[in-house]
Amino acid sequence: MDAIQKNLLEQVAGLHEIPTGAYNIRTNGGLGGRNTTANIDIITKEDKPGIDIKIKPGTKNESLHIPVILTQSGLKESVYNDFFIGDDCDVTIIAGCGIHNGGKEGSEHSGIHSFYVGKNAKVKYIEKHYGSGEGTGERVMNPTTYVEMEEDSYMEMDTVQIEGVDSTKRVTTAKLGDRATLVIKEKIMTHDNQFAETDFTVDLNGEDCGANVISRSVAKGKSRQLFLSKINGNNRCNGHTECDAIIMDDACVRAVPEITANHIDASLIHEAAIGKIAGEQLIKLMTLGLTESEAEAQIVSGFLK
Amino acid sequence: MLQLKNISYTVEEDGKKKDIIKNISADISQRFVAITGPNGGGKSTLAKIIAGIVQPTEGQIFFDGEDITNATVTDRAKMGISYAFQQPVRFKGITVKDLITLAAGKPIKTTEACAYLSEVGLCAREYINREVNASLSGGELKRIEIAMVMARETKLSVFDEPEAGIDLWSFQNLIKVFENMHDKTGGSILIISHQERILNIADEILVIANGELKAQGKKDDILPDLLCEGAGCQTLLDKLEKK
Repeated sequence: MDAIQKNLLEQVAGLHEIPTGAYNIRTNGGLGGRNTTANIDIITKEDKPGIDIKIKPGTKNESLHIPVILTQSGLKESVYNDFFIGDDCDVTIIAGCGIHNGGKEGSEHSGIHSFYVGKNAKVKYIEKHYGSGEGTGERVMNPTTYVEMEEDSYMEMDTVQIEGVDSTKRVTTAKLGDRATLVIKEKIMTHDNQFAETDFTVDLNGEDCGANVISRSVAKGKSRQLFLSKINGNNRCNGHTECDAIIMDDACVRAVPEITANHIDASLIHEAAIGKIAGEQLIKLMTLGLTESEAEAQIVSGFLK
Repeated sequence: MLQLKNISYTVEEDGKKKDIIKNISADISQRFVAITGPNGGGKSTLAKIIAGIVQPTEGQIFFDGEDITNATVTDRAKMGISYAFQQPVRFKGITVKDLITLAAGKPIKTTEACAYLSEVGLCAREYINREVNASLSGGELKRIEIAMVMARETKLSVFDEPEAGIDLWSFQNLIKVFENMHDKTGGSILIISHQERILNIADEILVIANGELKAQGKKDDILPDLLCEGAGCQTLLDKLEKK
């Protein structure tokens, strides 16, 4: 692995070295390394690019890293990863994609992830997207995530895209069973001419299931963002969706939350707020000795923390 | 320390000129200086003029002999002026520790940050990692605001009604905070207040009403006048009499 690839790996997976536990590193469309454990098996798909990950029921406190690194300008790929998480598991999955484009041609990675979360299982899924490189070629990432949750399961998704991705369309769909809980926390920052669209659809099908979809974003420069969030309450359930955006410069942010109650006991809330940094916040930090631009940076980094 | 020379601030309202501050001159160099007077009289505006948030339409401000009339908020903060807001600002994601660290202007240990919180009567362990957002009450925010000014350790600290919303915390503690600050920095503390107990510790009192400096002097000369019919206005008198 070269220095650029190592840097990408650190940015998207926080890894300095090869991780312990199960991992599958995808580098420029090929296999950069893999390790399976007694409880976590990784099998290469035969019909299309991607892997099947099978986590045995009852697996606790294990982690799985599946970073994707692209440094070859012009490479475009779609990868299908299916996660089968057994009943009663408690696992952390760290995915992430780093694109370094030093050339003229566009690089593109589309990760299609499906999660089948077993009964009473607990999953924390962390996904970071990062782009770098001086090339003029676009860095594009279009992740699609499908989640199916069985009874009493819990899933937390933390997705972060802070820098360097020129265009992204993130589509997430989830179906929840009885007493299942889904928490999604998304953080996005766009700059220059970047475009980011996120599209969540959550079907609250099970009795007493619940979902909380929270998006925080900052749009700078001439970048554009579109936030779509649909929550359908099809049973006695709780749903909450929140979009909170800071708009700067000549950016544009659209937030379109939608909640639908198909059941008398569905309790659904949506909140959306877009605004520039409050002047009094800047002034407060300036009275502590920060310049206006330092204050702005501090407010943005706190907001996306 | 701080000199205000013929400071005026005029705004235009519905096409008419309105004087918010009228030709105020004052020297602020004592240990504790209190500004008092009726609501809407111009006290907070004057504090903002000192901090650089509001630019006076006329007059000059000197800090340690240097003309700072055109200095920015940031410049003045760096020179050694601190300002505690009357209504503290909330932030999303920024924690109490972040703000105290920014106030200190250098990385500080958690124990140091906690010491400031304890001094203002907040259980440090409970607050240090909390976000300074809408989940904090007005009183909690006011104390954090005071802790930030303490962490700055500057020559001049301006507090706009620091006692508001912190009723449960005894006044004695607030006064102790001011005394400790002075011991540490040797600087001046300028407090806008309606509270007789705060006015009582002031070495000097400025009474501002209708944008004018109505009286300035030692506590013993000013307070009796305020309490009977004198330079103060009826609102202030009512307030003080109720105590």
